[in-house]
Amino acid sequence: MLEVENLSCVRGDRCLFQGLGFSLDSGELLYVHGHNGSGKTTLLRTLCGLMLPEEGEVRWNGENIRGLREEYTKDVLFLGHKNGIKGDLSGVENLRISSILDGLELDGSAAWKALGDIGLDGYEDLPSKVLSQGQKRRVALARLLVNRSSLWIMDEPFTALDKSAIPLLQLVIGRHLDGGGTVVLTTHQEVSLTSGRARRLKLGWRD
Amino acid sequence: MLKAFLWVVRRDLTLSMRRRSDVSTTLFFFVIVVSLFPLGIGPELDTLREIAPGVVWVAALLASMLSLERLFAADYADGTLEQMLLTPQPVSLLVLAKVLAHWLVTGLPLALMAPLLGLQYDLSWQPLGVLIASLLVGTPTLSLIGAIGAALTIGVRGGGVLVSLLVLPLYIPVLIFGAGAVEASVSGLGEQSHMSMLGAIMVLALVLAPLATAAALRVSAE
Repeated sequence: MLEVENLSCVRGDRCLFQGLGFSLDSGELLYVHGHNGSGKTTLLRTLCGLMLPEEGEVRWNGENIRGLREEYTKDVLFLGHKNGIKGDLSGVENLRISSILDGLELDGSAAWKALGDIGLDGYEDLPSKVLSQGQKRRVALARLLVNRSSLWIMDEPFTALDKSAIPLLQLVIGRHLDGGGTVVLTTHQEVSLTSGRARRLKLGWRD
Repeated sequence: MLKAFLWVVRRDLTLSMRRRSDVSTTLFFFVIVVSLFPLGIGPELDTLREIAPGVVWVAALLASMLSLERLFAADYADGTLEQMLLTPQPVSLLVLAKVLAHWLVTGLPLALMAPLLGLQYDLSWQPLGVLIASLLVGTPTLSLIGAIGAALTIGVRGGGVLVSLLVLPLYIPVLIFGAGAVEASVSGLGEQSHMSMLGAIMVLALVLAPLATAAALRVSAE
């Protein structure tokens, strides 16, 4: 369970939000919306522990994430604006190294299968730098298929994806929620999910 | 944990092999700087023998400086750095793996190349051996200490200059004892004490630098 209490974040000398609180149970999804610059990315980075909040705390299963460190990062998968893949490595190599770092050994055939499933059939062993934006995004998303973390934090996961990839990603997210996972994501697109309980959080003051 | 360490080393070595030009620029820089001095000073062997240890070591310092920027900058730009901070592996261990890979492609070739350059300075076999040994012990320390500076200056504009201001003063002990070892060997005083100090500095850096680098990375990733 993810709990956030009285959270405030400041960037420079601008307060992005304060007194923010919510809790998410397993099987629940949180959509974070808000205009550009309303602090969505800051909130997500704070939730995964990359940034320290000005005030308040984030708790995972009742404990402050600052004390949990590696025990928390084991349960978290973060997908940021940057894909986190190496341009000089192929999709398979990228996927295998990120799995090993997540503490999960992945053999070659499993990596090929995951990349095939995410729609990169035939592109698995090309250096990622020659792939298109959307394909690079898919390489990053392939981690979702092999990962065993229970909390997924995703910053704009739908950007750069084509029409066929969006339902696929929705399906993957739905399956994760059905399996008792928790998801926090930001998006500008309206995306419908049939499974799990979706909740909304609006940041910012503009309509 | 050990597996993650080995995979990071392997990944960074693979990346360097696919971008060989990055590696060779550092090495050529070292070769050229060291070769410029005999050309500028003239062929007086006594003078050359005297300045050799200092010149080679200063060139090694500058060459290692030059390669530092690449240590974390690319990882920061493509987002693999923040993923590294979010893995269940201890960050200092991953830092150590990255530094090891970095040393294998920058420090080690430097040390192996040094005797060839030492010949230009009329060093005999004994001091040449000491030169290699001191570089083999000293260059890992340079990479370890440099990693702290590289981590602190990620994403900073003009980070290259800043990193030299931060790191070069910290390199001074390594320079003193590294060049001192070769000088002692040239003058026949025995290099053991200098080498022991160099070894002690390396052990200290090996223990402390990864922790400091990990902390610096967390700050920079914000």
